[in-house]
Amino acid sequence: MTERLGWDRNQMAEKAANELQDGFYVNLGIGIPTLVANHIPQGMDVTLQSENGMLGMGPFPYEDEVDADLINAGKQTITELRRTSYFSSSDSFGMIRGGHINLSILGAMEVSEHGDLANWMIPGKMVKGMGGAMDLVAGVQRVVVLMDHTSKKGAPKLLDACSLPLTGVRCVDRVISNLGIFDVQKEAGKLNIVELAEGITIDIVRDKTKAHLEA
Amino acid sequence: MSKIYSSAAAALKGLTFDGMTIMSGGFGLCGLPENLITALRDSGAKDITAISNNAGVDDFGLGLLLQTRQIKKMISSYVGENDTFEKQYLAGDLAIEFNPQGTLAERIRAGGAGIPGFYTKTGVGTQIAEGKEHKEFDGETFILETGLKADVALVKAWKADPQGNLIFRKTARNFNPMMATAGKVTIAEVEEIVELGALDGDHIHTPGIFVQRLVQGKFEKRIEQRTMRERGESA
Repeated sequence: MTERLGWDRNQMAEKAANELQDGFYVNLGIGIPTLVANHIPQGMDVTLQSENGMLGMGPFPYEDEVDADLINAGKQTITELRRTSYFSSSDSFGMIRGGHINLSILGAMEVSEHGDLANWMIPGKMVKGMGGAMDLVAGVQRVVVLMDHTSKKGAPKLLDACSLPLTGVRCVDRVISNLGIFDVQKEAGKLNIVELAEGITIDIVRDKTKAHLEA
Repeated sequence: MSKIYSSAAAALKGLTFDGMTIMSGGFGLCGLPENLITALRDSGAKDITAISNNAGVDDFGLGLLLQTRQIKKMISSYVGENDTFEKQYLAGDLAIEFNPQGTLAERIRAGGAGIPGFYTKTGVGTQIAEGKEHKEFDGETFILETGLKADVALVKAWKADPQGNLIFRKTARNFNPMMATAGKVTIAEVEEIVELGALDGDHIHTPGIFVQRLVQGKFEKRIEQRTMRERGESA
């Protein structure tokens, strides 16, 4: 394990929370993206969608509020809010596929400089399935990936082309990693550096990235 | 003609056979037809194709039918959390067809609504699109997906009236309403069968036409990930 550089997970989630806008309907993926819910700016009206059939997801329950009929897409027990609505899986993915969700923040194994995303399978390993990821990246208005800049072994995850089977093609708009924020120029095949984490230089980023970077 | 059966086993009687295709509602362990899954296991039917978003865990949900090797193929979107599944899959004893979750939901909805196929942009450019018809609409590429039906659909609802009108509760709804429409025979197990007239017709989620058999069950409602917060902790 190499020493962790740049932002920690909470700081990454805080940066991702800057993507939120008043009135947004947002789907947060499992892992670091879940932490974004802790950083919704006070007074901002954001409704969280859970693709198993809920709009208006509340916080985790107190012990006496736990309800087996009320879980999120990560299968965790959660609570409802006064705004909450429930619906079927087909209605849920109608919202997603139909472009009604403003923003999806999700994790990734690899992202290419064209915005291709791989986050569902590693050949040779047991495949668990893509769940709702392919629908989300195909249908949601804006897709932001929140991930560590390199793999646990230190290998770049921002690449000229994904090596793993794809979840979606030209679907990622922005990547937020521990090293910085990068906008994907899908047609040109470049990553624009929007912001670098404190103490991170362009040279450090270049060293840990295998894609075309533009300052 | 009464739709109400005295037990899950009685409700399944005459419907099971080797090689049958079933649908089973639920997301994770939430909203599972627990009693009907146990009854299906006890029926001994084998070589089952099971259409279900997930595969349960080792000793709950469809995991029970995997333990007895009654399932030969699953059509699902995500099957983590099940070691029995993994062992049988890696040994080549179990086939799996992965569908994106929204595509799976829509295939079931389409099957029940008499729609043989539909185009979606989900999965274009991925493994999922291989071998499927591609078509452009307004300059964007879509792939053809087909509707799904089942010999028997097993669904779980909160309340029913004797007509089979169903109401689901919170996120236990998930795949159950679509599956109810896509079974040649649909069996609903519910927590409570109320008197005719006790449900408001404006609040019915699944109209009784889609439900042929009805049984009241007892539910364990197992929780996969009990996540909580402490009083005084901020949201």
